[in-house]
Amino acid sequence: DQVLHIVPKTFQEVQHLQHLCSALLLDLWKPWLPEDIQAGEDLHIRVPAPLVQEVKDSLDQHTISYKVLIPDVQELVVQSMAEERSSQRQVPGDYVYTQYHPMGEIYQWMTQIQESNSELVTQHYLGMTVENRPMYYLQISQPSDKTKKIIWMDCGIHAREWISPAFCQWFVKEILQNYKSDPNISRFLQNWDLYVLPVLNVDGYIYSWENDRLWRKNRSPHMNGSCYGTDLNRNFNSSWGTIGVSYNCSSQVFCGSGPESEPETRAVAQFIERKKSDILCYLTIHSYGQYILTPYGSTTTPPSNNEELMHVAEKAAAALMGKYGTSYEVGSTSLILYNNSGSSRDWAHMIGIPFSYTFELRDKGTHGFVLPPDQIQPTCEETM
Amino acid sequence: AMEDPPSSFRFRRAAVVAAGLIRYRRGGPGRGLVLRDVRRGRGPDIDDAGHKYHLEFVLEDLNDKDSTVNCTAEVLYHLGNRNTPPDVQFTTEGELKSSSEADHRFYNQIKSLEEELVAENIPDSHGNVPPALVPVRLLAGAAAGYVIWQNSTEDTELHLAQIKRVKQVKRSDEYLEFDYVILLHDVVSQ
Repeated sequence: DQVLHIVPKTFQEVQHLQHLCSALLLDLWKPWLPEDIQAGEDLHIRVPAPLVQEVKDSLDQHTISYKVLIPDVQELVVQSMAEERSSQRQVPGDYVYTQYHPMGEIYQWMTQIQESNSELVTQHYLGMTVENRPMYYLQISQPSDKTKKIIWMDCGIHAREWISPAFCQWFVKEILQNYKSDPNISRFLQNWDLYVLPVLNVDGYIYSWENDRLWRKNRSPHMNGSCYGTDLNRNFNSSWGTIGVSYNCSSQVFCGSGPESEPETRAVAQFIERKKSDILCYLTIHSYGQYILTPYGSTTTPPSNNEELMHVAEKAAAALMGKYGTSYEVGSTSLILYNNSGSSRDWAHMIGIPFSYTFELRDKGTHGFVLPPDQIQPTCEETM
Repeated sequence: AMEDPPSSFRFRRAAVVAAGLIRYRRGGPGRGLVLRDVRRGRGPDIDDAGHKYHLEFVLEDLNDKDSTVNCTAEVLYHLGNRNTPPDVQFTTEGELKSSSEADHRFYNQIKSLEEELVAENIPDSHGNVPPALVPVRLLAGAAAGYVIWQNSTEDTELHLAQIKRVKQVKRSDEYLEFDYVILLHDVVSQ
């Protein structure tokens, strides 16, 4: 597309130009309306690329002289967008959200996110893991007079579910990149604060990178170091130790030596307990299976607000499906998946957080935990 | 219970068993059939023989994402002898798209190798599978279908998690033989 600069000399030229603009529906940049074109005044018209030659021929035919003000509109647009991107630095420019990242890079990412979005994001310490690593969450909070309710989301409670921390990072990036331009996100931040814990089970996650890709639990030692790991999602104080667990450390669903026996569990539970009257929604992200799961796992008795919980979850699943046709099943864990006790989601609901959900992201078993990186983007986009 | 919705785990576990058997019978390096959806489920019917489930479900072909196969199955978990694999009777609707071209391509590729195929960790930690190894993985899926069928109970839901190692076995005849070490993930016990 080109932008032409013309100064019509006569009324005849004006007439011809008005006719040209109306007939070809040209985009007038100055003035805005054909009736305002005047002899002796600047005229700027944007001509779509396929019409450029025709318009120039017509101007030549009528001996109307013109100059090319902008030879390539697209180039300018691209340039200005690039400038905008680099000047805003909302998110670390090089971070590749469509790849899986080791824990060291995720720590760095959190720092950078806070630095480049300090008006909205603060990084907070939650607690230490078994192996003495810090757990951090990001608080995304738009400054305002009113206190806002909180939406909490944690990822990576199970080490091998790599798509889960990938989603938390994606989610933060999307919010920060679009909160000014997307009315939904901007309205969201006016009303709620977002607390995101990108990796809950830090030790386990690192272990799945360095030693055993299919590790699930944390890394707490038992039996004199001959066995490792408690299933953190069986370790919360919600009918702890009653069903769907093992008391044997060698099991993948070992519930620990007691409710909240693990430092990671305590770090999360203590924080949420303290803030519970302000928390509207507790989300915990897992894989795989493609489910949106409601309470409870320990019993088929539905929670008191089951209708509302289901209604919201069904709407979410429908919206998710609208993106790429991915189907998510919705319902209580005890009906859809299996019985379990000590889950963080059940605990959150039991202490009074009304909207409490477990998301099990893609897929349904074809790749399972080892979801290829080319599915990171569509998984995250649809879940968003 | 009889009135459970199709999303109930009981039906999905039984469908996973049936899908495993179907994959073993009909799958191969050129065709990978996986469970997409359970449409309807009924059961369990309980009698002396065991628990029987009636299912309608949909499989999808990993090699041809848009193609789906409607299936029905009856899955009987034996109560008496826990070591007996479930009985599965199934039907598949319509003709499956021929995989002979892909199968032949795979056969010729392997035959043309100078040394016996050896590979590890398929997919790798990041989920990547080199395109040349995709049929190797589908073949493992078919074999795993047998293992899953043979080792399933009402309290398991087994999926192929990863191929730890595959080694081609040298043979003097025209057959191809592969030795797989695979990891199965049981959703219930994790």
